[in-house]
Amino acid sequence: MSTSTGVTAATATATAAELAARAADEVIADLAARHRAVVVDSPPGAGKSTLVVRAARALAAAGGPVMVVAQTNEQVDDLTDRLARGDPALPVGRLSAQGYVPSARVARHLAVTVSASVAELADCAVVVATAAKWATLRAGTWSCAWAVVDEAYQMRSDMLLRIAGHFERALFVGDPGQLDPFSTIDIDRWAGLTWDPMQSAVEVLLRHNPETPVRRLPVSWRLSATAVPLVAEAFYPFQGFLAGTAPGERRLEFATRALGSRPRVTGALDEALGLAADSGWVLYELPPRHTVRTDTEAVWACASLAERLVQRGCMGYSEQTPAGAPVGAGRIAIGTAHRDQSKAIRAVLSGLGPALAGVTVDTANRLQGREFDVVIVLHPLSGRHDASAFHLEAGRLCVLTSRHRHACIVVARAGIPELLDAYPSTEPVHLNVPAKFPDGWEANQAVMAHLSEYKVRA
Amino acid sequence: MSTLTALARAQARAGGEAQPLALVRHLHIAERPLVFIPLALAGEANAPLAAMIGDEADSPRLLVVNQPRNRDERFAFAAELARVVVPYLEGFATQAEDVASGGGETRPRFRYAPQVFMPSRASIGFARLLGRSTRFRRTDGEYAVDAAVPVLGRWLSFLAERAEHPGSCLLVAATEVLSLHWASGQSGLEDLNLAALMAWIEPPGGLTCLQAAAAAEDPLQWPPAGPATDPGFDNEVLAPLIDAYGRADGAAALQRAEAALARALSAQLLPTWGLMWRSIALLRALPAGGHVGKRWDEDRAAFTSYVSYLRDGDGLPQPRRDGAVAAARRLSWLERAQASYAAQRAFDDPLAMAEFRMSGEAFAGRVVAAEPDRLDTSGRRRTLRPRITVETTDPLTVETGTELRAVTRLTQRATIVSVEPGGPGEPIRVVIELAGGMGRSLVAEPGTVPETGEWLCYCSLPLGYQPVTDFPATNETPWTHGGPPVPALPADEDAVEDWS
Repeated sequence: MSTSTGVTAATATATAAELAARAADEVIADLAARHRAVVVDSPPGAGKSTLVVRAARALAAAGGPVMVVAQTNEQVDDLTDRLARGDPALPVGRLSAQGYVPSARVARHLAVTVSASVAELADCAVVVATAAKWATLRAGTWSCAWAVVDEAYQMRSDMLLRIAGHFERALFVGDPGQLDPFSTIDIDRWAGLTWDPMQSAVEVLLRHNPETPVRRLPVSWRLSATAVPLVAEAFYPFQGFLAGTAPGERRLEFATRALGSRPRVTGALDEALGLAADSGWVLYELPPRHTVRTDTEAVWACASLAERLVQRGCMGYSEQTPAGAPVGAGRIAIGTAHRDQSKAIRAVLSGLGPALAGVTVDTANRLQGREFDVVIVLHPLSGRHDASAFHLEAGRLCVLTSRHRHACIVVARAGIPELLDAYPSTEPVHLNVPAKFPDGWEANQAVMAHLSEYKVRA
Repeated sequence: MSTLTALARAQARAGGEAQPLALVRHLHIAERPLVFIPLALAGEANAPLAAMIGDEADSPRLLVVNQPRNRDERFAFAAELARVVVPYLEGFATQAEDVASGGGETRPRFRYAPQVFMPSRASIGFARLLGRSTRFRRTDGEYAVDAAVPVLGRWLSFLAERAEHPGSCLLVAATEVLSLHWASGQSGLEDLNLAALMAWIEPPGGLTCLQAAAAAEDPLQWPPAGPATDPGFDNEVLAPLIDAYGRADGAAALQRAEAALARALSAQLLPTWGLMWRSIALLRALPAGGHVGKRWDEDRAAFTSYVSYLRDGDGLPQPRRDGAVAAARRLSWLERAQASYAAQRAFDDPLAMAEFRMSGEAFAGRVVAAEPDRLDTSGRRRTLRPRITVETTDPLTVETGTELRAVTRLTQRATIVSVEPGGPGEPIRVVIELAGGMGRSLVAEPGTVPETGEWLCYCSLPLGYQPVTDFPATNETPWTHGGPPVPALPADEDAVEDWS
């Protein structure tokens, strides 16, 4: 694997930066080559948004308005802000729903026009909106040469069907390793059809336009040199990618030593934090037990780890903050599989005092696209007596284990490898459905195999 | 399985009797439903073996395929089935009423609609495949079939597609609707056995639920409800009888062989026949939920439009596959139906609502303060916007600004203004602003604003009208989805199955 080459720190960084720049240039060249569509696959934190902004500006400069499609209002606001910051003279339109109040980061730009009507944005070079908003436009009210679709693997095929009439060509950017779009309807009526509305926008596009060039961004700037081997091996086994930083370039240090109000527990907690600082990964293992989803001990373990991290005045040193920056509550996230688990952890955190109010606790779906210094993960299979397709999904585990810049602490009941062995994938195989790699079972095994070297028993 | 269902199952196991999961009935039960129990031959893809069918409990009609491996006999069975099913279905297409369809126009809708009860989802799957294998058949030329066969195929396909629609009850699986209303003390897999499930809900005389459920595992006493048959029966009874039929020489011998087959299959089907009618009676005895009639109206409208398609349109069979636009549109319908079915069930039934109170999407509590004459003066006109404060101990997750409806005040919009978390063990205080349903003046009509002390249940699931999703026309299918398709005209090859 490309990640384990023994090059020195300096050359690794230079090579990574060069590789990343070359990949982005190739994408821009593809756009100029008049392909009908271009797909860019991006591993976590590989500069996807930067590429979207760069491509949108390049296409706008080449003439004609460009439509930018994102999946959530949060993402639209982010992209609007980045576009306006990148070129304050560029007229950017923020197409919104009726009654939308511009967020501060959108409202501060003079060149950004916010409107619920696309007619009022006719003078904008770039118009940004959610896919759902673009889909409400009547046919003929908007048309442009190019669309740039961000997070295209999270968009469903039927949504693309609704907006595809608005553009002639499109750039699709997304992370194939993350959660697939889902439906509340569980039928296999369309399985195997090339236009199955439940698949992702990129899948449907590639199945009907197989000549579409597919590019890959080769370097993750978010994940550190310790994080990349696990994530690349488990979730991107064939593509692989490099870390943008060299081993040792990022480190965590603690202002205080291991002392606390509950000495009996803090021993294991401090051991876990120490290991996290050293290696970037920890499996914080609770005794085996079948539990309900909101396993009280696991919930407390997640909350206590976050509390201990803040108590001990954790500092993060990285290429962005060579002098060190505190890893405060705002830089910590706790990720879960289910909303009730998040709720239970939030309830415990709020009882632990105001210092932890800034810790983000959410499900994998909502953590998608976000970045933190330290992420604590309640393993989706922890305490379960079976492994359903939902809990095995590779994308879910990938999102949870690829949000961190410094370290990831996975909290789980012992016995997950045995559970996996007892429940191999039993999903039906349909004809004409392209196989997906890796499957969730295999990805889970790879993650557990890797994490077993970083085990701390609670 | 939700936590409450798991609890009900545990209680059913501990207490030795089924626990109610619903206080009202969530489906319409027609006055004259049709019970249809098909059996298939093991080892052959969807080969019909026998069926028991009828709309009266005491006069079941038995249809038998004497040699299920003979293609001609299969289609003779389909024709015979058509002569029972199609007149039943079309018998409802007589009396129409006019209903408003928006814009001051009306459209006709049949007053009654058919309802077919089958034992399980697997039986519905059998009907779906039987529909697919008959709807494209030609009635002329080589391999012609009886004219009734393709008509049956269209109807079975229509019913099976409708059965995918959440909340529809034109075609119903008995085990599914029973499990919606009762929790047994056995696993979900065991609930697929109609006899075992009924044993928990209504054990036959003298037996406890546990004894009855154990007895239901004996295929000699309670043969499977189909379409799969008991392997013991296949080997020891059915195979020798089919062989005897094949060897029968002379009219009398043939008649004897046919009669023996009919007797054996009838004995396999009759216990299930009884169970089906008992389950219908059980469900009928429950009071109907408030939105059941509304969903039945939609079913009647779907039935009406399919009848008029068959009568006035070109009557082409349903295409083998949905095109890109049709698939996306159908998914959108199904998702909308799913959402509104869940919401309607919750508003109709406190036990269904309890699930959402557990998950924090709904809450119940007492009104502790009310400002019934509060006016909103921020706009151009003053408007009546009373506020009430509700105290609840439910684990609330809805946020400020969420729209709510009260179960007992469906016409009134309510918006959360603020949520004040209580301390540990203390109730949460929710301030709610009300709009609508209070008369036209600036003073609320008496009784329209909840008073202090009133107990209310608010839910955030959307119950109202959802706008229809727009999709491009089929002939404007974009290049991302393969471009405009060639119009699908049924061809002879459509009748060929990949597995046949």
